[in-house]
Amino acid sequence: MTSLAIKSEPRRVSPAAVRVLRVVAVRLLGAVGVLVGAATATFFLIQAMPGSTTDVLLARTQASPAVRAQVIAEYRLDDSLFTQFFAYLGKLATGDFGTSFVLRRPVWDAIGTQLPRTLELVAATLVLTVVASVVLAVIGAGRRRWARSLFSGVEGLIVAVPPFWLGLVLLGVFSFSLHWFPAIGSSDFSGLVLPAIALAAHPVAVVTRVLREGLLRTLDEPFVLAARARGISEVALRARHVLRHAALPVTSLLGWITGSLIGGAVIIEIVFSRQGVGRLLLSAVQNKDMPLVIGVVLLAATVFVVVNALVDAAAWLLDPRTREH
Amino acid sequence: MSPLVRVRDLVVAFGGRPAVRGVSFDVERGQVVALVGESGSGKSVTARSLLGLCGRGAVVEADELAFDGLDLRSLGERQWRGLRGRRVGLVAQDALGSLDPLRRVGAEVAEPLREHRIVDRVRPEVLRLLADAGVPEPEVRERQWSHQLSGGLRQRALIATALAARPELLIADEPTTALDATVQKQVLGLLRAKAAAGTALLLISHDLAVVADLADYVHVMKDGAVVEHGVPADVLTNPRHPYTRALLNAVPTAERRGRGLSGTIPALDQPDRRVPGRELITVTDVVKRYRVRGRPPITAAAGVSFTVRAGETLGIVGESGSGKSTVGRMLLGLVAPDSGAVEFDGVPWSARAGAERRAARRRIQMIYQDPLASFDPRYTGRQIVTEANPDPERVAELLRLVGLAESQVDRPARELSGGQRQRLAIARALAADPAVIVCDEPVSALDVSIQAQVLDVLVDAQRRLGVAYVFISHDLGVVHHIADRVLVMRDGAVVESGSATAVLAEPRHQYTKDLVAAVPGTVLRQAQSVLKPG
Repeated sequence: MTSLAIKSEPRRVSPAAVRVLRVVAVRLLGAVGVLVGAATATFFLIQAMPGSTTDVLLARTQASPAVRAQVIAEYRLDDSLFTQFFAYLGKLATGDFGTSFVLRRPVWDAIGTQLPRTLELVAATLVLTVVASVVLAVIGAGRRRWARSLFSGVEGLIVAVPPFWLGLVLLGVFSFSLHWFPAIGSSDFSGLVLPAIALAAHPVAVVTRVLREGLLRTLDEPFVLAARARGISEVALRARHVLRHAALPVTSLLGWITGSLIGGAVIIEIVFSRQGVGRLLLSAVQNKDMPLVIGVVLLAATVFVVVNALVDAAAWLLDPRTREH
Repeated sequence: MSPLVRVRDLVVAFGGRPAVRGVSFDVERGQVVALVGESGSGKSVTARSLLGLCGRGAVVEADELAFDGLDLRSLGERQWRGLRGRRVGLVAQDALGSLDPLRRVGAEVAEPLREHRIVDRVRPEVLRLLADAGVPEPEVRERQWSHQLSGGLRQRALIATALAARPELLIADEPTTALDATVQKQVLGLLRAKAAAGTALLLISHDLAVVADLADYVHVMKDGAVVEHGVPADVLTNPRHPYTRALLNAVPTAERRGRGLSGTIPALDQPDRRVPGRELITVTDVVKRYRVRGRPPITAAAGVSFTVRAGETLGIVGESGSGKSTVGRMLLGLVAPDSGAVEFDGVPWSARAGAERRAARRRIQMIYQDPLASFDPRYTGRQIVTEANPDPERVAELLRLVGLAESQVDRPARELSGGQRQRLAIARALAADPAVIVCDEPVSALDVSIQAQVLDVLVDAQRRLGVAYVFISHDLGVVHHIADRVLVMRDGAVVESGSATAVLAEPRHQYTKDLVAAVPGTVLRQAQSVLKPG
């Protein structure tokens, strides 16, 4: 059928495909804008930090004035700030992220070795967030008022607890006292459990609340009565009808959460002595290591852009009403 | 043989407050039984007790509550599930909301088939059910979502879901509310065919006129109790209970033109002394097209011309998509025509700007179907009207005129009922001392009895204050009751116009004839022609 239709009208592209292409083009342009903006903001913010780049570069060496001059020439640090900026931007555009001032190795290389550990942590946290939130929300939504108040009280408490403190408590109880999980830098799965829990606590509390309120709101919708009147079970009602509705606001929330997890990972990686991009970023900022900082920021921005595109795609899949325009 | 449904002394209470107090009725196989009453009369809760779905916190008690000899009072959840959909089907109120908006229409129809394992191959049965419910192109519709269907198709699809598992009893809760008259007629025909084929039908409605055409037996409910029951012809020609009489009088028809519908405003039975004044609005050959990407343009107005005089009511009737609301918005200058002119007070909107435009806008007000959407729901009635007119005495006077009690005007608008909100909307519109009020489907969301009160308030305000109305509605009965002159619109064009009596009593255009023929209430009109007026 489809091939026939294409043959009979060879030049016609379906309007839906044109619409999708237009959306993709706009998104790509937007993504480039976000990345350039992130690089620009980071560049000038680092310049605003105290101390000169030259001092940072030479801090660990007893440099003679000759060496100093050589370094300045190499990094073009005597040019005006704007010349430096545009030169750097030009290099970025060709895919050259430069070399870390401090580590003396290519930025890509430095990030690449740390990235898998962080992605592992973020992915584990996301999976934990989704699974735990769905389970807790479904359990909490069917309850009486006092039980629901209890749930939302616990959620409030969890949001109020700083993640690093929660990490320390988890370490103290489950690693040092009970010896259930390794305390320091283990690279296997058991080493991922406590950091993921510490990082997931806030998102789980927030997503559970949004999801539970969505469930309760949806259970009051007229189509729930219609579905029950067809004789389906309460489990099927939630699985087939209600959860999808409750998940709609959660998809956009998950986009924000994923973005914030990259930043959240910094603290957790330090508390649990894990390798990762977060640690890398912290030392890079402390050392005013401009190429490395911008590299990590661009990576985070890219993740953010990609995740938000996925979120929109998820909303598009979940809600046919968003496909009209 | 015992009846299919037997209910004796049913009481349903929520938190100790009874919503249904001692209701008894039977439904025989193949019979159409109707429960009639306004919102809150307990008719929906009564019907849902047959599905065990009265809602959270409901306490159901009865001397007898039986379906085909099965005692429903002692059913467990699993047994209820075997009954729901399979033996008792529900066409719930509000077809848009009752189909899951995230699921395809076909999946909704398939759900009871799969749940009760009715057929081996589900898809052909879904297509058959949709076709059987009068849905054209079932292969296409099955793949669509409810928001892509028209109101009539949605209602048909919902009926298909309720009939899928071949229930012996079908409960239809307000199946035709908010549908255009011609679509309403088709849906009622579908239900009648199902009943003729042997499915018992329990019909729930606020509209006695609709019910009387279809039902074999009618129960009139008020405050959770049945106040009168009998065969429709008897109930309509010889109503014994005052409430039944009030419900009958509330139906706006040609016969009741020029009289009050609700019986709450005695002044309306005085002769009408209005004399239409000068021309306020002149619409000359306006054209308006909307372009939606990827679709053919929609013509909302194709060369429409008419006038509105001071103190008169012009009715604009038409079905959804006829362009009547667009014309209404052009009268207020909210939508600019592509060509042609809309003059208000002798000046076209296009020639007005800034302060002059705002001043003119005060003299032409608008009332919508859903008044709450145009209020701040936290504001009290008094605050809302005061925004339009700062004079406290005038505000109090208008609130009295629309019949809002002192105890109601100082409550937030969201706590008011639908009818009270619409009265408030009228008071706010009047507060600006307008020459014209454009009313867009102002009573379409209301029960017949509440609609009667709101229509009476409109007529009373017009007689006292001389305001003109442009009354936009899909309901020919309402327009026939209230309008002096009518325009019949279809696809953006005026197909017929003239005095309401001439156009609606003796329509010349075929489209108008079809619309008039589709108005429900044949049995009621026959009854009214037998009854003496008053």
